Amino acid sequence: MPRKTTDKPARKARPPARRPKSKPRSAALVAPAAKKKSPRAEAAPDPTLLPSDISAWFARRGWTPRPHQLALLQAARERRSTLLIAPTGAGKTLAGFLPSLISIHSGGRKKAGAGLYTLYISPLKALAADVERNLNTPIEEMGLQVRTETRTGDTSVSRRQRQRVKPPHILLTTPEQVALLLSHPDAPYLFADLDTIILDELHALAASKRGDLLALDIARLRKLAPNVMTIGLSATVARPSELRGYLVAQSEPETMTNLADLVTVKGGAKPVIEILEAEKDIPWTGHTARYAMHEVYDAIRAHKLSLIFVNTRMQAEYAFQELWRINDDNLPIGLHHGSLDAAQRKKVEAAMAEGRLRAVVATSTLDLGIDWGDVDLVIHLGAPKGASRLLQRIGRANHRLDEPSQAILVPGNRFEVLECRAAQQAAEAGDQDAQLSRSGALDVLAQHVLGMACEAPFDPDVLFDEVRCALPYAGLTRKQFDRTVDFVSTGGYALRSYERFAKLRPTDDGKLRVTNPAIAQQYRLNIGTIVDAPHLKVRLLAHRGVKRLPSMDGRVLGEVEEYFAEQLTPGDTFVFAGQVLRFEGIRDTEVFVTRANAEDPMVPSYDGGKFPLSTHLARRVRDMLADPSVWSALPNPVANWLELQTEFSVMPAPDEVLVETFPRGNRHFLVAYPFEGRLAHQTLGMLLTRRLDRIGAQPIGFVANDYALAVWTHRDISDLVANSRLSLAELFDEDMLGDDLDAWLAESALMKRTFRLAAVIAGLIERRHPGKVKSGRQVTISTDLIYDVLRRHDPDHLLLEAAWADAATGLLDIKRLGTFLARIKNRIRHQILDHVSPLAVPVLLEIGIELVYGQDRDAVLRAAADELIREATGDAEQ
Amino acid sequence: MNMLKPERIGLDDFADQPVNICGKTFLAHKFGALYWPAERALIVSDLHLEKGSAFAARGQMLPPYDTRETLRKLAALIDRYQPETVISLGDSLHDSDGAARMDQADIESLHMLQEDRDWIWITGNHDPKIDRTLAGYVVQEIIVGGIALRHEPRSGAATHEIAGHFHPAARLVFHGTSLRRPCFVGNRLRLIMPAFGAYTGGLNILDLAFEPLFGTDGLDVWMLGHEGLYPVAARLLRDD
Repeated sequence: MPRKTTDKPARKARPPARRPKSKPRSAALVAPAAKKKSPRAEAAPDPTLLPSDISAWFARRGWTPRPHQLALLQAARERRSTLLIAPTGAGKTLAGFLPSLISIHSGGRKKAGAGLYTLYISPLKALAADVERNLNTPIEEMGLQVRTETRTGDTSVSRRQRQRVKPPHILLTTPEQVALLLSHPDAPYLFADLDTIILDELHALAASKRGDLLALDIARLRKLAPNVMTIGLSATVARPSELRGYLVAQSEPETMTNLADLVTVKGGAKPVIEILEAEKDIPWTGHTARYAMHEVYDAIRAHKLSLIFVNTRMQAEYAFQELWRINDDNLPIGLHHGSLDAAQRKKVEAAMAEGRLRAVVATSTLDLGIDWGDVDLVIHLGAPKGASRLLQRIGRANHRLDEPSQAILVPGNRFEVLECRAAQQAAEAGDQDAQLSRSGALDVLAQHVLGMACEAPFDPDVLFDEVRCALPYAGLTRKQFDRTVDFVSTGGYALRSYERFAKLRPTDDGKLRVTNPAIAQQYRLNIGTIVDAPHLKVRLLAHRGVKRLPSMDGRVLGEVEEYFAEQLTPGDTFVFAGQVLRFEGIRDTEVFVTRANAEDPMVPSYDGGKFPLSTHLARRVRDMLADPSVWSALPNPVANWLELQTEFSVMPAPDEVLVETFPRGNRHFLVAYPFEGRLAHQTLGMLLTRRLDRIGAQPIGFVANDYALAVWTHRDISDLVANSRLSLAELFDEDMLGDDLDAWLAESALMKRTFRLAAVIAGLIERRHPGKVKSGRQVTISTDLIYDVLRRHDPDHLLLEAAWADAATGLLDIKRLGTFLARIKNRIRHQILDHVSPLAVPVLLEIGIELVYGQDRDAVLRAAADELIREATGDAEQ
Repeated sequence: MNMLKPERIGLDDFADQPVNICGKTFLAHKFGALYWPAERALIVSDLHLEKGSAFAARGQMLPPYDTRETLRKLAALIDRYQPETVISLGDSLHDSDGAARMDQADIESLHMLQEDRDWIWITGNHDPKIDRTLAGYVVQEIIVGGIALRHEPRSGAATHEIAGHFHPAARLVFHGTSLRRPCFVGNRLRLIMPAFGAYTGGLNILDLAFEPLFGTDGLDVWMLGHEGLYPVAARLLRDD
């Protein structure tokens, strides 16, 4: 069997015939324009919109501009900002650039500043580079005098400095770079001529902290270039109006939302989505889809290039292993996920682009943007968790508008069969998941305020008005703004002891300026809203043993989360970068590993994007469960399972929540089925166990998955309910989101993680690299300590407020839990059972696989202490 | 099995633990303090008061409540043990300007704690001088009951010593969980105390810096938990 590595396919394939590069996106830029002979007569170029040399270029290629490309030109002529929603392959990017190309080409503008005309902003630096490369093809062919350049974190310092003085006409960059440019005193000069801002993949950017920062930066750009217009490019979304509002200044934030124009290109051919039915029975639990691997392999064999999407890195590693295990034909199959070393990822991308791969197993790293080859099949292992994510991923296949994309969904377990069916129906109906409309994060605002002060002294009144022009901050109150400014300056503490260290000081004319230039330098080093969990490099050693090893020996395979590495003991084996590795030890910032011989590694789950089930799909699943007439369309084992459930227990109506209680072993179980996703269920589980503890039910622990949660106790819950000692209505009452939540949050590790992110973004804690940890016991301070102190002594502090707001929609999903509790008020369907119900089997099987909660960390210390005592008293482990 | 409220087997009260050094008995408390019943003395080390404001002076606005929080814990211990003497083993202030930056309310709380008892500041590398506003006696080291109390432990395998300075911490990997906590570390002849201050970090006791102090005859380690202090076998500990 061939040794499995990520670059394996590259090695075994033919020698590279061409320089590695991505598939030219110029095809995607222009090819979709309709052929001349197409019946769309109305698409004939309007001579007033398209200058002759450009329409000549269209003619030379045998194309005519598409209606939406002309619509954008028309809007640009009227200086109207526009959102273009179009499916992949519709020539979206060219549509975005055409107005700028024409306008720059026709020239004749007076230069007031540095001459930067168009700013293109993409969420991925690779996408910016790709678009630039492929934009240059039409520019050259049209013979236009237009200069383009990219600017990302990879751009050299000298080039970046030059770009600030002598920018190109079109600069392609990322949100972080825009923030950086705006923090320099020369920003007014640089952006004085700015005419157009193009925001690519806006749907992926807007509803996030990065989107908040970008919205604030756009508000500033409008100030510097009052006539600037925006063009948003987006895939289909559930609520276009949120993106339309994002694109324009909000002039009356209290009363109305201003919207950009909307141009929609109706989706091309509908994707063909199948749900795989394997020969083997569908498992009760798990997400690996191991049972169907042979069918997956057959599908790969039947196609040119398959993209195999999974939801976590662990699943990616696992599927990659499994496929190679049965890869009798030695098909070149690659692996791509965010933890892999960048060089390894690039190799796989290049091999894809050159058509040297037959399949790539990938996580969300391949969700967006770049076309790395001619994908003709998308396989999704495990349920896609959201309708929009599924459509986005399917869109990676077949970038031609009029041919349907092919996709196969492979449910990992029985619940996922329902979920895949729901996703399939949603795709059929063209339904998208609605994103929560968000109000801008205060930690991001804090970062922005300091950035603006670094550019030039600011007048708080003026900056407040400017900030509220950005849609996410339209609802910002003056008080919140002032507190944020105060936080930036002195930390904003109730105890006013840092006035003398203030970072911002008033000038004579009532503005605020930074106290010294070092603050600006420090700010520029810490810009951005992407805060990675601390990661450690994984270095492969040739020989075992790490004591006092020179650390530069051996190849870096990628990075793993620090907390994952911390749980390993030397000798543990795990799968990473497509190989089985033996953990040897950690030195400073590196994890040392050797190749392991183990055939069956212990595969611990390390983090890497677990998405909770979307609200929209959850509703569809609930509806499906409540309607027995649709069960017959499901695979037999699943239909039988649901029928058994009606026999032994009940199936809840769509607006109900089912709660089952039953004994099992010497324990008593309470299983609830909210279908609100893992995060909300974990929070609910924490709160329920607190309450059950108070009632005296003696809870022991709980597990949660996307559909249900199970709590087990010493006391008989059925009995407590029957004797009116426990009311389920009270147990599930919304008031648990009050004091109980508050008390739990005080100790919650998730809340501390959330706080850390906010503290870093707001600039309270400087981003640090793990390398500092060791030498820095006097230098670095754990945010956990700060969190504890702040909660006790300044509970109303701005950063706690920001962390709370994040927790509501983030790791704790409190908002969704709140909606659920309100929805099920008086709608709890309680079933007292003698034994476990069919529906409860999957979640009970998670015990032992998933993390069991309710375990406090002192328990670990206590157990360790007990072991020492047993040892000391001669009663050591056998 | 993971328990919400596991039975406490073997140990009744976890808040403090008896610890023997050179034949004397001490109570080590989960906050990281040591009480010496025979001398009625409470010993703490590395308070690092005003660490927050030291960072603020350099532009990093950490919450200014670390002094307050450290004094609050100290007050709870004084209330529990009612010591006649409190001894702070050096680095009581994060830097030599610390006292000048202290909030008046915090100085007053400190003075209240000092009423009716002796208060001894041992100097450390962070605080070679202790400002008079903090009252108390200031010494470089003292010997009580045959045991030297000083900030920095003497190099080599010295005995009859209780010191601080190193901020010892231990990382336990047990039952699939990893946790890192400040700890007491000793070998019955000398003891290194954990740092007591609210913002103080820790140095892993498996670090080479600890090797010369205890030789290779084995270590006693007590880790600080939320509910108590826990003796842990050194073989369960891991490097960072």
